[in-house]
Formats: sequence, C-alpha cells, structure tokens
Amino acid sequence: MKQVELSKDPAAGDPSQQPAAGTATPIVEMTDISIAFGGVPALSKVSLRLFPGEVHALMGENGAGKSTMIKALTGVYAVDSGHVALDGERRHFHSPADSQAAGISTVYQEVNLCTNLTVAENMMLGRQPRRCGGSDRRAMNRQAQEILERLGLDVNPSSPLSAHPIAIQQLVAIARAVSVDARVLILDEPTSSLDADEVEKLFEVMRTLRARGVAIVFVSHFLDQVFQISDRMTVLRNGNLVGEVMTQETSQLEVVKMMIGRELEVLEKLERESSDTGRGSTDQPVLKVLGIGRKGSVEAVDLDLYEGEVIGLAGLLGSGRTELARLLFGADAADRGELAVRAEPTRPRTPRHAIKRKIAFASENRRAEGVFEDLTVADNMLLALQAARGWLRPIPTGMRNRIVREYIEALDIRPTEPNALMRNLSGGNQQKVLLARWLITQPEILILDEPTRGIDVGAKAQIQQLVADLSRRGVAVVFISAELEEVLRLSDRLVVMRDRRKIDERPNDDVKVSDVLEIIAGAQASEERDHV
Amino acid sequence: MSEPRTPVLQRLRTSPLVWPVGAVLTLIVINLIAHSDFLSVQLVHGHMYGNVIDIARNSAPVLLVGLGMTLVIATRGIDLSVGAIAAIAGAVACVFISDASSESAVGTAVEACFLAMAVCVVLGLWNGFLVSVLGIQPIIATLVLMTGGRGVAMLITSAQITTIHNSNYEFISDGFVFTLPFAILLALGLWALTGLIARRTALGLLIEAVGINPEASRLAGVRSRTIIWTVYVFSALCAGLAGLMISANTSAADANSNGLWIELDAILAVVIGGTSLAGGRFSLTGTMIGALFIQTLKTTITAIGISPDYNYLFKAIVVIAVCLVQSPKARARLVGLFRVPRKQAVTA
Repeated sequence: MKQVELSKDPAAGDPSQQPAAGTATPIVEMTDISIAFGGVPALSKVSLRLFPGEVHALMGENGAGKSTMIKALTGVYAVDSGHVALDGERRHFHSPADSQAAGISTVYQEVNLCTNLTVAENMMLGRQPRRCGGSDRRAMNRQAQEILERLGLDVNPSSPLSAHPIAIQQLVAIARAVSVDARVLILDEPTSSLDADEVEKLFEVMRTLRARGVAIVFVSHFLDQVFQISDRMTVLRNGNLVGEVMTQETSQLEVVKMMIGRELEVLEKLERESSDTGRGSTDQPVLKVLGIGRKGSVEAVDLDLYEGEVIGLAGLLGSGRTELARLLFGADAADRGELAVRAEPTRPRTPRHAIKRKIAFASENRRAEGVFEDLTVADNMLLALQAARGWLRPIPTGMRNRIVREYIEALDIRPTEPNALMRNLSGGNQQKVLLARWLITQPEILILDEPTRGIDVGAKAQIQQLVADLSRRGVAVVFISAELEEVLRLSDRLVVMRDRRKIDERPNDDVKVSDVLEIIAGAQASEERDHV
Repeated sequence: MSEPRTPVLQRLRTSPLVWPVGAVLTLIVINLIAHSDFLSVQLVHGHMYGNVIDIARNSAPVLLVGLGMTLVIATRGIDLSVGAIAAIAGAVACVFISDASSESAVGTAVEACFLAMAVCVVLGLWNGFLVSVLGIQPIIATLVLMTGGRGVAMLITSAQITTIHNSNYEFISDGFVFTLPFAILLALGLWALTGLIARRTALGLLIEAVGINPEASRLAGVRSRTIIWTVYVFSALCAGLAGLMISANTSAADANSNGLWIELDAILAVVIGGTSLAGGRFSLTGTMIGALFIQTLKTTITAIGISPDYNYLFKAIVVIAVCLVQSPKARARLVGLFRVPRKQAVTA
C-alpha cells in the first residue's frame, strides 16, 4: 500500500507529484486538526492539503470524519487544536460567511436553494446588482448568464429553478458557489441524486473549474466516480488520517482497504459459525424479486429468497443496499419490476401491504423510523401486531401480557419492566424491542437493515444468534450490515451491491472479507458483470 | 410479579394533572374569600342551582369541543374550524326547526339534531381529506373552514338571526335530568364515552403512535390516514354538539357569534390539561379540568370585581402563569431564582 506520509512542512512535499497546475504551494493547508464533541473525539490530528487546479477526494466510511473536516474548514465548527492556513497564512474562520469571504465555497448534498425563485435570482441572491434603489433584473440576468456560459451550462437564467431537474439545480448551486470568485470549492456528495449522464455533466463543470485553478474537494461514496475525476485523495478512518495518496498511484482495492482498515489476514482467520442452517427443501422461493428498482435509488434487481435462508447484502454505504431493502418492504415505492411472495405476484406499495404478506423490515434508522420514545416497551412491541389487527380489535390483556413477557425474556430485554418508557432504554435494548415488534407478527421474510449498528458487543452477539435461530426455524432473512465479517458469518448467500446495482451474487462458501472487498472495489467488476 | 406500590402522595406529586387541578382549586379559594357562600348549592323544584353548577354547565361547550381537539392535537394536528362548525350545526338545526310544519314537536327537534350531526360528519370528512389525503398542514387546512364555515352558516340562515320556539330543543341547554343540568351530563357522558373508546380499544394507542412518530407508524403498518381522518370527523361531531348546545341556550342561530373563538378556548383547555401541542400522549381528563379552569376563571374575574377593561389582560396573565408552572423547565428556573441569592450570601 503506497501511502505518502504527511509531513508537517509543506515544502517537503515532492513537487514532481503535483499535476499540471504547476505550483507546489497549497491554497489551503489544515494541520493536525482535532475536534471533540462532548469529550468524544471526532477528529484527531488530521491534516489536509488542497492544491490549486486539483480535485481532491476526501474518502472514508460513514462517521470517518469527512463532514467534520469540511465543517472545520468552513468555520461551522471551531477546532480544538491544530490550525488552518490559507495561502500560507494562519486564519480563523468563525462562520461559513467568514470562509466564503476568503474564497471557500461549499455545496451540500441537499440543494439548499429557493425553488420558487429564478435561476439568476438564486445565483445572485444577497448580491444582486442594484440600480435606483431596486435590484437591476437585467444586469442580474446578464451576469448570471455569463457565469453559466463560462461553466458551459445552457440554462435560461430567468427561468424558475423549479422548472429544472435536480441535476441542473445542483449545477446552479455550484454556479452560485463559484460565482463569488471561489478558489476552493467543496462538493459534499454532489452526485448522490444524479444519474450517469448528469454526473458526466457535473464532471465537465468540475474539469472546467479545475483548469481555471480552483481547488475542488470532492466527497462521494461512489468509488468509480472518485477514481474518474480526482487527482489526489485523503483517506480518513474513525477520525484519524490514514494517508494522502495520488489517485494514479493507487487502486480501488487499496483505497477500500485503507477506508475499512482492518488487517485482512486476521479477519480471514475469524471462525465462521458453520451455517448448516441451509435452505429448506422447497424449490419455490418465498420471495422472488423481478427487476425491482426505482429511479435515482436502485437499478433493477433480481433476487430469489428461499425459506430458512439468510441473504447477506454487502456493499458500501450508498451502494443501494438500504434502498433495495426499502423497496422490498414498500417503504419506498418501486417504479419498476415486481415481487412474487410464494409465487403470488404483487408490487409492494405500502408497508402495510408488505406486512400483510408476512414481510417485516427493521429500519437502520432506529430513532427516526422505529422507536416511539414516549410509549412503553409493551406498546412499542405490540404496535405492528395491533396495527395489523386494526383499532377495533385490541389485543386482549392476557395475550398481551403473555406475549410481552415471552419476548422480554427470550430477547433478554433490560429493564424487564413492560411499562418502562422506551426512551429510557439503551440502544441495544431498543433494537431488541423493535426486533420483538416484528417477530410478534410472525414474518416469513425478515429484512434487517443494520440491526447491530451502534449497540454493545453483548447485544450484538445475541441478535446474531437470533438471526441464526430464526433461519433455522424457516424464516427467510435479508441481512444488511456495514460489517462484512458479520454478514459473512451469518449469511448463506451473498449479494454485493455497488453504485446502486447488484454486481455479484454467490453462495457463501467460505467467502473471505478480502474477496468481498475485491468485488466491491471492482477488481473483478467487468468479469462479474457478465454473470449478472 | 407485583411491582412495588409508590406511595399515594408521591404518585399525586408526579401526576401531570396536579398543576391544572391545583390551579382550579386556587381559583375556588379566591372565590371563597370573595364570597363565602361560593360553594353552596340549592335544590329548587328538584333542580340544582349554584355557582359550581353554573360553572360546570357553562364549561360544557368548551369541554365538548376540547374532547375532539384533544384527539386531533394528539395526532400532531389542530382544528381551527370548530367554532365555524358549531355555528353551522346551530344554523342547520334552527333553520330546520323554524321551517318545520310542527315547530315545537319532539320529533322535529330530534330530526334537526340528527341532520346537524350529519352535516358535521361531512365537514369533518372535508377537514380530514385536506389533512390526510392532500397532506395540507392542519393549521391551514382547517383555516379554510374556519373562515369559510361562517359564510356557509350565513347562507343557511340567509344572514338572519333565526329564532325558534321548541322547548324540546332548548332542553339540550336548559333541561335537567336527575336534578342536574342536561348539558353537564351530555358533556360528561361524551367524555366518558371517548375515554372508553380511546382506552378500551386500540384507537388511543394508534393515535398516540401517529402523533409521536408518523414515519415509524407508517413503517409499522399503522393506517395513519384513516386514523387522522377519524379524529377530524370526531372533532367536527364534538363541535356540532357544542353548536347545538350554544344555539339551544339562546333559542337562536347567529352565524356570526355562535361558537366565536371557542377553538381558542378549546385549544387552551387541551394545553392546560397537559396534552402537548407537539402531539403524542393525551389526557382527556386533563382537558376536562382545563375546560373547568377556563370557566372558573371567567366567573372569578366578575366575582372579585375586576373591571371589564382589564378582563382579557387578567385572563392572559393567569393563563401564562399556569402554563409556566406546568413546565418542569420553567419551574426549575423559578426555584433557581430563589435559591441563587441564598448561596451567594453564604459564600460572601
């Protein structure tokens, strides 16, 4: 693995590594930045150099510290230690406005423009050319037109922003950002809602800006795109700097290894629990997925799920694994393809529809999409069953007590008090209550999205054990986790997602973490695509 | 397994109803100081009379509207149209009675009430449609009927104050059953029925679930749309009953003034009763106490001889005080205010 050791002295950087821009002095230099939130370190001694005329990719898994780093640069967060230098001069940015005045512009993932204003108004908002005390609309449109043309964009500046697709809106946001003579442009996941053509358009704009000497920070979960557009990358992991590498001198596999950062050899020795859970003897799949997809979310996916089988969905964040799960449950509506549950064709329109077909889905977003903090543990557990029965048929007290007691015991939920408020439970116990909610509905297909994220080791092991037990009892499980070891330990079959597509499917015959990483990194991509 | 019983006193102190009940009791004590016979109740011709009975009877419309409002607010909504709906219900009933061939018959009164209720169901369906199907924010969706509804009531009454003569209809407001005013019994009856339906079926739980976390409810398969629709229809029905009571009180339908501002009193009753405007957990008993508080306050203002000029200002100040006292954060601050100087004195 080639890693350029970051030296404290920028002058020590090898000038021969610089691209065509021909200058070895970085515009921005962040040195040994540390930030902690309430005592929990989010960044520790991370450095970042941005050179003019370069696209610099900031890489790392979710929670690695990319956003924190960006916010430290733009003055949203104050740094605890370390310093930021602009053109070699130490600067303290106290607010985003501060950094913007210094030529650092940011475009966030969600377009935060006003869709009811025109393109020109959005671009010039806050600095409209004035005449006779009012704003000069003609001059404004002309200036906006000039900026758009310089970026090679054919957009009518006087048209309302809402008339354009998200991709154009995104480009307008970028046009706005660079129109203030930005020398540094930060793009945080700009491509997450764009399709391939739109991404290409964005890249053209980025190349134009790069040729003009702008330093661009590019944050994206799409490895292909990163490798296509970036010149240099800085990889973070758990708030630490892993290294700075030149894109040309590394490979996707190496970068993935740097991001995930575990010693692969050790991982491969991890004992995989013999998954003789096997699939049932039935030849008919419980769930047959035929080309389910949704524009801007997941491309058409085919999948068969058999009784008693655990399918592991592997892939990086943003690869489409969560999106696929949501489509299967009807949490988001699919706009193409269909499902067959036990050979009965259906299209999951709503969660209610899916629940009736014995599908259950535990969302990765526990707090926002699962927990009812102000209700009791018992109510939280019984909600899905109660919703299925309808409000006129309340669960009889005896049955209620029996079920709740049974599941509190079976899942070892603490506290054991059924009337405890959900908000007072730890994350792991909340997760168990949510699992209980779905198990109570006796699903045949159970979709678990990150069921073990953010919970302690003990609860994690219990949940893994539970998944194994359920599949032994014939439940078909779709298991999603960012932890590949966990996916490999539990699943009978492995589906690998990348760039919102299913790129690989294989039985889990001693598949190793490194194999999966290679698939994700695309070392075998072209070969595998032929199989799909 | 039996859980350890918390002492009665401690349970009382932690009950959210302690503050509104305390506020009502305080008002009663103030009244007692002003008039020592405040609590006395007389039995005249088998009918109970007295200040307390008056307060209870006069708070009946607000309580009725408040019951519907409680459930609507529990789903994170609000219903501003209840006043207008009350006016429409009164108008429908009064116009029907005054146009009927036998104006004073029992049957006419009953038919008029049923017709008015049917109209209210339609109005509730309209509100529910705007909120749950079209997804319009509740405050805006119900604003439509709040302003438009008075116009509808005007159309029904042809912009006249429709007076009627039907003692059976007046019974809703002035009648007595078992020595007590019928209005009190009607409101109490609906309170008990609502509580029974909400807590004996799963409706209360599902309403709270939708109010606490709409997205989690959807993913758990709760029929949020139906539930939201139901509460708006229920709220319109409650408002309609209140409208009948108000128009029966004066034997007249006045499209402009019947039920005017009752939505604000109802919302206030709900809030004083401890149901959060953010939705979620609700308390029907709290709303009842809130309604009683508002009416007792009105009585108190006249009883202790506050000039009508300061009437609204006084009411506003008391309401702010009650709301502050209910908030644990504000209470902590208040206590802190009194404690800090003492500490400083010690260190000095």
